[in-house]
Amino acid sequence: MLPKTWIYIVQETLRSLKRNGWLNFAAAGTTAVSLFILGVAILLVIDTNFIASSVESNVEIMTYLQDRVQGDAITALRTQIQAIPEVKEVSFISKDQALTSLEQQFGQSGQLRESLGGTNPLPDAFKVSTTDPRDVTGVANLLSRMPGVDKVRYGQGVVEKLLELTYYMRLIGLTIVVLLALCAIFLIATTIQLTMFARRREIGIMKSVGATDWYVRWPFLLEGIILGGAGAVVAVAVLFFSYSTLASKVMETLPFVPLMYNNLVLMQLFLSLLAAGVGLGIIGSLISVHRYLQA
Amino acid sequence: MTCCCPCNIGSEIMAGSEVMRVIQFFNVSKFYNNSRALTGVTLQIEKGEFVFLVGPSGAGKSTMLKMIFREEIPTKGQIYVCGRSIIRMRHNEIPFLRRQIGMVFQDFRLLQERTAYENVAFAMQVIGASSREIKQRVPEVLGSMGLKGIGNMFPRQLSGGEQQRVAIARALVNKPALLVADEPTGNLDRDTAWEIINCLQEVNNQGTTVVIATHAREIVDTMRQRVIALEKGRVARDEYEGAYAHAT
Repeated sequence: MLPKTWIYIVQETLRSLKRNGWLNFAAAGTTAVSLFILGVAILLVIDTNFIASSVESNVEIMTYLQDRVQGDAITALRTQIQAIPEVKEVSFISKDQALTSLEQQFGQSGQLRESLGGTNPLPDAFKVSTTDPRDVTGVANLLSRMPGVDKVRYGQGVVEKLLELTYYMRLIGLTIVVLLALCAIFLIATTIQLTMFARRREIGIMKSVGATDWYVRWPFLLEGIILGGAGAVVAVAVLFFSYSTLASKVMETLPFVPLMYNNLVLMQLFLSLLAAGVGLGIIGSLISVHRYLQA
Repeated sequence: MTCCCPCNIGSEIMAGSEVMRVIQFFNVSKFYNNSRALTGVTLQIEKGEFVFLVGPSGAGKSTMLKMIFREEIPTKGQIYVCGRSIIRMRHNEIPFLRRQIGMVFQDFRLLQERTAYENVAFAMQVIGASSREIKQRVPEVLGSMGLKGIGNMFPRQLSGGEQQRVAIARALVNKPALLVADEPTGNLDRDTAWEIINCLQEVNNQGTTVVIATHAREIVDTMRQRVIALEKGRVARDEYEGAYAHAT
């Protein structure tokens, strides 16, 4: 298309943006809110997956030994465990080491030992990790059936709960986002339709002197793109500042919660949100323009 | 897609003598739900003709005009405008048909917030004419309509006759092959109506085919041009040097 046609298109777009100030605000605002919630939902899912996978990769099988297993029996058991092909590492934690680390967690040394009256109720244990976290259940079952093994503990339940949580979060998030996206499309379509209604005489005259549909359509399409894009920019900005603030706060106060802070992933997310905003704008304006131009 | 030369409709021009026929209706019928707007209309209008389309309200005049610029398509029959079938025409070709046709309406249809000059220039901008072409052509066509010096005035500052002449200037600015007017004098007093008709006659003298749907009996009877009379959706009369009503 010719450059002056583009000048015309931009002029018309700006003119109509000025005309429907309040409605433009509502349309861009709805787009912003829906994309913000979409972003939050996506970040929550990403983070839960991230936490789940880091928990998963940290899953170790604590294998507690019966008290009667002592000395050479421990070494024999260790060799037996190491012979399992899925096992990556086996480390022995004696009851004394266990008590010491417990003491350290409680902070004040000596007191714990005292209150236990000099005895140590903790068992000896093997800490077993697998090469692939998915083998944890199978290995744990194997270990629990070995003679001399008292109990087997591993974090599998936690992982499953986390993954279940992400499933529901995806479901709820998706529902909210779809509803809000429909609202945004509807509002953008309404805005564009009002603009078109205000300009119906002009459009009629344009068509009667032989304007192509695209010549009529472009200013409205551009208006939709601007409304959707503006909403997306606001959503991305708010999301960026709130997430980076939140992430740094979490890292300070809850260092054991691993949060995803990968700039590449964040950038991809933000670009996708921008594209989604522009997409909503295009869909909204095309709905209105289609109705109008076919008539 | 824009075209620098507004008069070039491009492909599919019919060969030979057919090009001389600006409008051809072959057994055209149009039904709206249960009512018949047109029934079996066959007529031809040649290049350079001046034609009055008369008949009572609801006789089908507006339907005919709408089909000429393809706002409507017939239920049955075939229509050629400027050598092109309006039925086989694709949606994206319609604008290029309309660039061949100048349209004038009873209510002028000018943009109130634009000056006379801008209203005329608008029709050229829409089809992608260059600003140099516009600067040259718009004063020319305003001048030919006797509108020199009112270019900077807004429609509300102009009389009805002047507004209609601006509308005719707009219809002519892209040099159409055909000018179609729907009740162009309907809102004007007797003298002004004659002024407009004389304008249209002059346009016709320059070679443009002119089709006017009208109720203005006195004008039709005085002009003695071709008259096509519609009654209840059929062509009741088609006479050269005709009159508004049946000659008694």
